Amino acid sequence: MSHHDENRISLLRSLQNLLPPESVLTDAEDMHPFECDGLAVYRQLPLAVALPETVEQIRDIMRLCHEHKVPVVARGAGTGLSGGALPLADGVLLSLAKLNRILHIDPQNAIATVQPGVRNQAISQAAAIHGLYYAPDPSSQIACTIGGNVAENSGGVHCLKYGLTVHNILMLKVVTMEGDLISIGAETLDSPGYDLLALMSGSEGLLGIIVEITVKLLAKPERAQVVLAAFDDVTRAGEAVGAIIAAGIIPAGLEMMDKLAIQAAEDFVHAGYPRDAEAILLCELDGTDAEVSEYIMLVRKILIGCGATEVRTAADETERQLFWKGRKSAFPAVGRISPDYYCMDGTIPRRHLPRVLQRIGELSGEYKLAVANVFHAGDGNLHPLILFDANNTGELEQAEELGARILQLCVEVGGTITGEHGVGIEKIDQMCVQFKSAELTQFHEVKAAFDPSGLLNPGKAVPTLHRCAEFGAMHVHHGRLSHPELERF
Amino acid sequence: MSTADIGELLQQQVLDALRNNTPLNICGGGSKVFLGNPAPLPALPVETSAHHGIVEYDPRELVLTARGGTPLLHIESVLAEAGQMLAFEPPHFGNSATLGGTLACGLSGPRRPYSGAARDFMLGCRLLNGRGEIVRFGGQVMKNVAGYDISRLMVGAYGTLGILLDISLKVLPRPADSITVARKCGEAEAIADMSALLSKPYPVDAACYSNELCYVRLSGSIQAVKEARTKIPGDIVPEAAAFWQALREHTLPFFHNNSPLYRIMVKPATPPLPLNGSCLHDWGGALRWLYSHEDVATIRRQVAQAGGQVSVFRGGAAGTDLFQPLPAPLLAIHQRLKASFDPAHIFNRGRIYSNL
Repeated sequence: MSHHDENRISLLRSLQNLLPPESVLTDAEDMHPFECDGLAVYRQLPLAVALPETVEQIRDIMRLCHEHKVPVVARGAGTGLSGGALPLADGVLLSLAKLNRILHIDPQNAIATVQPGVRNQAISQAAAIHGLYYAPDPSSQIACTIGGNVAENSGGVHCLKYGLTVHNILMLKVVTMEGDLISIGAETLDSPGYDLLALMSGSEGLLGIIVEITVKLLAKPERAQVVLAAFDDVTRAGEAVGAIIAAGIIPAGLEMMDKLAIQAAEDFVHAGYPRDAEAILLCELDGTDAEVSEYIMLVRKILIGCGATEVRTAADETERQLFWKGRKSAFPAVGRISPDYYCMDGTIPRRHLPRVLQRIGELSGEYKLAVANVFHAGDGNLHPLILFDANNTGELEQAEELGARILQLCVEVGGTITGEHGVGIEKIDQMCVQFKSAELTQFHEVKAAFDPSGLLNPGKAVPTLHRCAEFGAMHVHHGRLSHPELERF
Repeated sequence: MSTADIGELLQQQVLDALRNNTPLNICGGGSKVFLGNPAPLPALPVETSAHHGIVEYDPRELVLTARGGTPLLHIESVLAEAGQMLAFEPPHFGNSATLGGTLACGLSGPRRPYSGAARDFMLGCRLLNGRGEIVRFGGQVMKNVAGYDISRLMVGAYGTLGILLDISLKVLPRPADSITVARKCGEAEAIADMSALLSKPYPVDAACYSNELCYVRLSGSIQAVKEARTKIPGDIVPEAAAFWQALREHTLPFFHNNSPLYRIMVKPATPPLPLNGSCLHDWGGALRWLYSHEDVATIRRQVAQAGGQVSVFRGGAAGTDLFQPLPAPLLAIHQRLKASFDPAHIFNRGRIYSNL
């Protein structure tokens, strides 16, 4: 028996001693539900799945893995879209799902302390009796957990006004790879030392295991109202977004969809969207009753001034929910019209929207793959959905290549390769496009400051310089391949 | 206003310092030089105020990019012309305050609990690190999760991790209207009132308790302010903008005091602290300014019991830990981070903690 096998067997035996039998999975059959996250094209069975119920158990697991030099991948609800929770064949998958208690809601201080496996929406539901809620609302909020939200720095449709996860958390309890329990941030607004809370937010499980989170709660707005505007031209819709903001209004949500996305959503949920429009905008205003009324009038005037062909205010709460349902169902709606789709997540300075959409249209033609666009227009976060059929040989690779070119385009106009879905394994090569080697080296050193042994989710989020060198070479190669005279299928 | 990019010159100074093993003291406008521990001799000053100017500003994008040495007053006046503002209401502590120094110190004004802190508005930076490399983190967009959030880490790092060459910030529209109401009450009652506002959907954007008066500022659309006014008891404060500015800049009569000044962070609903001295509450009770002659250990002990932390803002005795000391495992992470950005330990040595 090799040393490697001995180490593996010894680790599994110790894990089984630490946890009750139902909390350690080692059979392939039991581990299948954990082999991928929301990005199902990447699948891998881990060495074992651990399902601890207490912080002490997590500390024991980490000490054990550290001692055996076995990598650990943390997982919340597994709704992530970039393969951040993809297991490693020689690693332990640590599920935080059983730590699912809301520990304390403190309405006087408008904070809540929760375990990482608590679902995002459950916090707002529990805080509702105090007139409070937790603001970030990723579209997976019914299922996704707050621990995963911190690891990905999740946003949502309301983040233009209310910020991302990083803006809405105060303190974390974190177990290090060595099994130490540390507190980062504080229950107070400022905390001493460097802003480690910022580093932890969006760190994709590479810096520590988040075992407790203190979030800020906000007063629930008195009223929310949504306006739907149709445009016969995408550029005009983009200009309307700028005009609303230039008027001094920060909408709670400001979303755009293009024709293909509108039609798919309309066919799916019958939200009442105008099927013939080139683009629609959904603009939500929230606040006090009088404030919302005042801004609705103003926004309607701006939209008409920008050339909207139709402007509709939701007649009642049911219609408001329906308008949003269309937008929130855009991904599954596109899933109905195509066997597979690939969701991108670039962010761009908003003024480049017309140019970027036009270029995406050209690329879509070049690759012969349709692209539907949904856009968090207020903050420049673009989700092109590339339609493809994985059963057609080579189409997945084509879709991935088209996606990579869209992300490169986002970087070229001064944007970023990921606004909210994270890098994970999916966009690791595109990191080489956005960052220089000195910057990537700095990222690796930040990781080493928290995790000197490098055992936390290795191989995700930050590429090695070696990988970038190889990607650079491949990249030139592809550039040559995409020569215009060559026919592409 | 003129602009100048002296990034390469600054880079040369860092490379020289590395070669000669000379510690550097980063100097912006010098307005916040009183904060933290003084530079140990013989640190060489690196003057950043010549590196100034707004690089890019498009009000419709809600993003401003400027060089670190740009005067804060200039930035605020350019934003005001477009009807926008830095929503964290940064204290200046002098007309020479620069944008870089403001972010490096990471201080925020009265709006902080309601709109966010300096760090919340940081989008990206170009940084001159301790290897003499110019590196870029974050960007000019509001949503960005590519790589660790290093630009935000720079906020409140007091220049110990590098020189902020360019900074991109999210900016916001100025509210259409704002009024302040004040009413006389006791300290405990003010704390309860200000905390209760946290769960009310009113457009509150500042609240403080000073000199037996509880002040609440309401800002937003004209209708929102008008409507909220009817729900908050108290009298309208004339010249309210001057009051909040004086609070932010520490020029209120309360701050005319020669005792040591402590900056105390607590949860907002924390009852009055059993400490001798005079106290003013900002941030709706979450920030308490205390002038006191009690020794710092006593103050820290009392505040720790309430789950808070203390830094010595002015008048700290030599040898005192001015910032709240860190537990050992956290300090170790800080030291490794410091070493990763500034391996030769040349920037602002000891400014926050003696061993950092």
